[in-house]
Amino acid sequence: MSVALAARESAVVPRPIIRERGQREVFCGLTGIIWLHRKVQDAFFLVVGSRTCAHLLQSAAGVMVFAEPRFATAIIEERDLAGLADANEELDRVVTRLLARRPEIKLLFLVGSCPSEVIKLDLSRAAARLNASQHGVKVLNYSGSGIETTFTQGEDACLAALVPECAVTDASQLVIVGALPDIVEDQFRRLFADMGIVRVDSLPPRRAKDLPAIGPNTKFLLAQPFLGDTARALEERGAIHLPAMFPFGAEGTTAWLHAAAKAFGIDEMHFRSVIAPGRERAKRALARYAERLAGKSIFFMPDSQLEIPLARFLHGELGMELIEVGTPYLHRSHLADDLAALPADVQISEGQDVDKQLDRVRAARPDLTVCGLGLANPLEREGLSTKWSIELVFSPVHGFEQAGDLAELFARPLNRADILRRERLAA
Amino acid sequence: MQLTVWTYEGPPHVGAMRVATAMKGLHYVLHAPQGDTYADLLFTMIERRGERPPVTYTTFQARDLGKDTAELFQTAARDAYERFQPQAMIVGASCTAELIQDDPAGLAQTMGLPCPVIALDLPSYSHKENWGAAETFYQIVRQLADKSRVAAPREGRRMRANLLGPTALGFRHRDDVIEVTHLLATLGVDVHVVAPLGATPAAIAGLGEADFNVLMYPETGDQAARWLEKTFAQKTVRSVPIGVGATRDFIAEVCAITGDAVPVDINEGRMPWWSHSVDSTYLTGKRVFIFGDATHAIAAARVARDELGFEVVGLGCYNREFARDIREAAKLYGVAPLISDDYLAVEEAIAASACELVLGTQMERHIAKRLRIPCAVISAPVHVQDFPARHSPQMGFEGANVIFDTWVHPLVMGLEEHLLTMFRDDFEFSDAAGASHLGHGASAPLPSAREGLGEGASIESPQSEGSLALAPSPSPSLEGREGSLLAEPEGWHPLAERELMKIPFFVRGKARKNTERYAAEKGIAAITVDTLYEAKAHYAR
Repeated sequence: MSVALAARESAVVPRPIIRERGQREVFCGLTGIIWLHRKVQDAFFLVVGSRTCAHLLQSAAGVMVFAEPRFATAIIEERDLAGLADANEELDRVVTRLLARRPEIKLLFLVGSCPSEVIKLDLSRAAARLNASQHGVKVLNYSGSGIETTFTQGEDACLAALVPECAVTDASQLVIVGALPDIVEDQFRRLFADMGIVRVDSLPPRRAKDLPAIGPNTKFLLAQPFLGDTARALEERGAIHLPAMFPFGAEGTTAWLHAAAKAFGIDEMHFRSVIAPGRERAKRALARYAERLAGKSIFFMPDSQLEIPLARFLHGELGMELIEVGTPYLHRSHLADDLAALPADVQISEGQDVDKQLDRVRAARPDLTVCGLGLANPLEREGLSTKWSIELVFSPVHGFEQAGDLAELFARPLNRADILRRERLAA
Repeated sequence: MQLTVWTYEGPPHVGAMRVATAMKGLHYVLHAPQGDTYADLLFTMIERRGERPPVTYTTFQARDLGKDTAELFQTAARDAYERFQPQAMIVGASCTAELIQDDPAGLAQTMGLPCPVIALDLPSYSHKENWGAAETFYQIVRQLADKSRVAAPREGRRMRANLLGPTALGFRHRDDVIEVTHLLATLGVDVHVVAPLGATPAAIAGLGEADFNVLMYPETGDQAARWLEKTFAQKTVRSVPIGVGATRDFIAEVCAITGDAVPVDINEGRMPWWSHSVDSTYLTGKRVFIFGDATHAIAAARVARDELGFEVVGLGCYNREFARDIREAAKLYGVAPLISDDYLAVEEAIAASACELVLGTQMERHIAKRLRIPCAVISAPVHVQDFPARHSPQMGFEGANVIFDTWVHPLVMGLEEHLLTMFRDDFEFSDAAGASHLGHGASAPLPSAREGLGEGASIESPQSEGSLALAPSPSPSLEGREGSLLAEPEGWHPLAERELMKIPFFVRGKARKNTERYAAEKGIAAITVDTLYEAKAHYAR
């Protein structure tokens, strides 16, 4: 574990970073609704936006998720803009209708969009007003607009909006911050329980009423690297962030769990014995994939902010060669441990000019390019294997038990390319 | 403000993208924030295109708003020209850029780009995708078509026609173009330009050299066709050749223009005989609900009634611009037209119609799946499944063959229908078995259909558990709705309810509906087994 410490110190060494400002090919923060509305089961997300916002939500899920979902869009129309209708009255009308139809909803997020930001529709005042008029439903607001947030930052904005609602506590406790699939969250909770960390809560909770209390004796682990604003809000409430590598792969998960163990004074031998079975399983699973992936080159287009920790995992635990690691935003302090574990000369890029970046992809011809859905088929057509980045956000990839699944996500496109190539050769 | 869960159409700039992506040598510079780049995936994922759409987004951010977003636009336009060297460019704004009023048109004009630049004004807060596509295509045609290039004297040459309307992301446009081209060839007509699909700006310049136009898709091509009619005195063939009868009309219309006699030896494909053969008798009077874009819905209604012998019990469209056409068609079939882009309203109408087959869009496919009604897709909005690897047009005689197969396939077949009625209690014929040719899940029983929604699509209504026994009762999401048309019926005697369950699932909905309607009309409060059979006799066809 002293490795991580030493690594953090070496993180101050300057690295080559490309900073670009051009066309970005990324989702906006509204996209987070696709997974957040499944995580918090009595929450509803009402986007106040345009037809484009509604169309994005419908398209971004990859498939249309056709059960009536817990999200919707209040589409701003010409009469709202022309001042013919009072936007606030319209919003109240829409919310009242919505809540009448969905009585099980306990938490309503009014989600700001590009158009609502530009016309300066004050959703925080709307939320306050609706809180007074809608009994039994908590109404909050955040912005998922594409002029302010990129893809996963929408979750950050959502969770940061929840923090002021958390009760105050002096109890010593651990909070896991970031939406994880329930099965992964339960695995982590079992490990913490076995270590002897008794009080463990999650943000976001599965039910609105289970919002964790926060106070000076609260320590929190970030499960995702894109939660800068949420972490700051928690720290303002006195909670203490436990910096660590993010829990991807055997090493990342070990370091992440260990940060909590240390903070809660868990005996080192006991910690090791608790994590040993899971860690061994993860290592066994990864060994198989290391044979497949070692020495293969990978290029990350900026997308989810998971790029740095995933690059750390793929390089450190599977031996992949990193050509360029692009990220929409580089949160240096939260990523310090993962950055330190990357080779000193790795090319990192922040921001994007998509055409120039694609020129670099074509020049380098990586074995695998991690990119968004708009770019994947065009690159495949050019003979470059790709991994859709959105799957890394939608599927369970954290922790020991998912380490093999995470590696599989990267190995599968390569295996498939090999199979199809064999087929072509045989034909 | 309009509360929207799912939309049939995207914003108008997505319509413009469908035109730009269909064409070659055209580039679209779109003033838009970064999130709007999601639209690329519609083309690369749903349509499996191997190239990125030819669209450059300015992706302005909040911090640019106080400064110079106009300069950002000009830089993006200049870079896009240099990189892609298009023959022409279209420029415009998405919904957010429309609000900041940078005037992309004016900005592009002052730049002196070395290619024609066509400015688009697509109001996002009042118009939608199809309108955006039509307007974009019209502007491109109006500004690029060379008025000095007109059709040469005929002098014994073959006639030439333009095919207007096919776009990227269109429902079977790719295959319809092939089919209509073949059809015209058999009539001695060559295709001059297909546009927008596959056309370059250079080809658009020569549209006037054709003798006439074929308007394949009025939703996207009507405006341009009218302008060409006016400018070049080109006639427009407006019969949309979907179905055998409409294809005959199309041939007659083309021949009226060419002055040739309608060929007598034309091969009309298998559909008329397939429909006539005795095996198809069971199709007679099947109740069918039709919803889509107006052109496809109207065409489908004609095929359904006149060529397959179905009964049209619902007809509607989501594109209000063509509401008049739908209203007129609905009169022919004696149904109330449904003009709505609210899928909840469409779902309620489908449930209330007690139909046996839904012909709709991808939205109706999901509605039908939930209501356990067979369904075939006839119109956009599209899904990856609507881009099959095989040739599968809707237009022409081959299109009619495809339609026969795709509409009849989801239905329970004739003899099987009888067997299901006769051997209700045979465990292999239970509702759980579904239709034998459809494999698992196609018309699975309600409880497992609900489980089957698994991947991220769980049913959410708290009441959903309580009503499982009532098989074709409305979907759980409907039950949770305020003012639902489908409140749980009262007054079913348990014996009558049990008798109802003996009726095969695919007609049970109709039986329930008819019985309740009959009971309501007769003022019967308690529905008994007798009421059930009295209603059956009353509504016997």
